[in-house]
Order: sequence, then structure tokens, then C-alpha cells
Amino acid sequence: MKRWLIILVAALSVAPAAAIDTGKAFDDPELQARYEKLISEVRCLKCQNQSIKDSNVFLAADLRREIRRLIAEGKTDPEIVDFLVTRYGEFALYRPRTSGKTLILWIAPFLLVLFGGFALYRVVRHRMSLPIDDAGSEGGTE
Amino acid sequence: MVRYIAPLVVVILLIGFLVIGLTRGDPRALPSPFIGKPAPQFELPTLKDPEVRIGSTNLEGKFSLINVWATWCAGCRQEHGFLLDLAAENNIPIYGINWRDTRPKALQWIAQLGDPYVASGYDETGRVGIDWGVYGAPESFLVSGDGIVLHKHLGPLSRETWEQDFLPLIEGGGASR
Repeated sequence: MKRWLIILVAALSVAPAAAIDTGKAFDDPELQARYEKLISEVRCLKCQNQSIKDSNVFLAADLRREIRRLIAEGKTDPEIVDFLVTRYGEFALYRPRTSGKTLILWIAPFLLVLFGGFALYRVVRHRMSLPIDDAGSEGGTE
Repeated sequence: MVRYIAPLVVVILLIGFLVIGLTRGDPRALPSPFIGKPAPQFELPTLKDPEVRIGSTNLEGKFSLINVWATWCAGCRQEHGFLLDLAAENNIPIYGINWRDTRPKALQWIAQLGDPYVASGYDETGRVGIDWGVYGAPESFLVSGDGIVLHKHLGPLSRETWEQDFLPLIEGGGASR
């Protein structure tokens, strides 16, 4: 028990050390919130399964710096997202925008659920129409 | 009959997607949003002389190869020999963007390994790299005389990729000068 506690404490104490850009970028809490949201939604292109918030690769640091600069210049979030997409493409966004190209990403899950629901409905309806036969309930005549 | 064919079709489709996904080469290679569009404007101090600047105006009127390099980049060392050969053949001017590097190291690199570049811009902060959508050196862009990005290659250049991906675009583009 004690050993586990020590391991837990050790693990927790590592987290702040590994964090990146722990300092605040903006004094204004509203700007800071926008900054944090933006950097957590931009993919680090060099380390493609991390956001630029989570990565300490220099490219991620450069992109954070650019986003800080753009916010400080008074750019809106869509303008900043645009800045990134014109340079790196839609892939840079973890939350792709709804557009012709990315529409399939957004509707595919709903289509799949619809398709699955329809299939389920068909199966259930078919089963319900089968005569109840206790003796041979294993398979029926399917 | 349909109840047997439908799942089969789904499975075949799925296998199709997997085959495409597994064989499409480098999954890190992203399509550049600049292909077919005007190259980003840039201006940088040159590596050799901070007082001299190179930029988009230097590229006008001819095909040029923009090569993003750095001394910390292993792939850049790998492609360096080919870049020297290409420069010696005198077919296309090669402009370097020395990306996120330090000047002394970069100058030493060029002094030791040779300099294939007409000039290299010194992008210390990575600003120009970001404008060009660079995310991993080496990267090479083929830019036409009217400033359109025709092709981007991620990773080391070689004779093979040059002849396969770049040359047809240059030859198809008619007279280059």
C-alpha cells in the first residue's frame, strides 16, 4: 500500500515538470482561455498524434508563438484557424471545419448509426414474425 | 442470396480501404495546400551576409527549387550530394531556406559539404517555414516562373524522385527562361 502511494506521488510530481509552456500567455483570462482552446485543437504536424499544446517539438512551440501573436494582434478564432489551414491544410485541425471536403467526416457516424439501426430493425422485425417454437428454439428455419 | 452477398461486399470494401491505407506510402506525407497556388511571399537575410536579403522577387521568371534544410536534419545530409550534382548541371537555380538553425553551424556545413544554393535565406525563428507550411526538413518545393508552387517533396531528394516527380513538371511547363 505504502509503496503504491509513493509511486502515485512520484508519478503525479512528474506531470508539472513535463508540462509545456506552463507560464501564462495572457493576463486577460478571456484571451488565455481562447489561446488554450486553440492550441489544444491544433495538431502538431511533426508528432501527429499530439496537439501543439501537448508537444514540446520546436515546431509546436513555433505554432504556439504564432497563435499568441495572432491573438495579441486581435485576430478572431476563425481567422487564426484560417491562417493554419492555408499553410498546413485541414489536417492540422483536430476538429475539422464543416465544408465540402470534410462533410463526410461529420456525417459518416450518423450514417453508420442509421444504417445499423435499420439493420437491427429488419432483424428484429423478422424474428418477431417467426412462430414461437419452444421445442426447436435454437435456430428456426433461418 | 442477398444476405450472403451483402456482408461479402462490405468485407471486400473494408479490405480495399485497408490495402489503400497500408500501401499509400509515408503516412506522414501530407498534401501541401499550396500546390497549384501562388507560393507564399517571403523575404529573409541571406545566410552568408545578414545585410543581403533574398525573397520572392528573386524567384521571378524562372523555375526554381526551394529547399528547406538545417544542420540538425539527417535527411538533409543524405540529399546534399544530389543537390550538389543538380546545381552542377545548372538546370535549375536552387534556393535554400535554412530553417531553425544557427548561422555558424550552417556556414560550417556549407563550407565542409559544399554549397549547392544560389543563396540560402536564414530563417532563424521559423516564421517563413510556417508560412510555407513546413513541418519537417528536408522539404523541397518546385516553383514556376510566375510564382506557382507546382510540387512539394517531403524528405531527401534523389535523382530518382527528381526525374520522376520534378522533371516532367518542368518540361511540361515549356520554356523556363
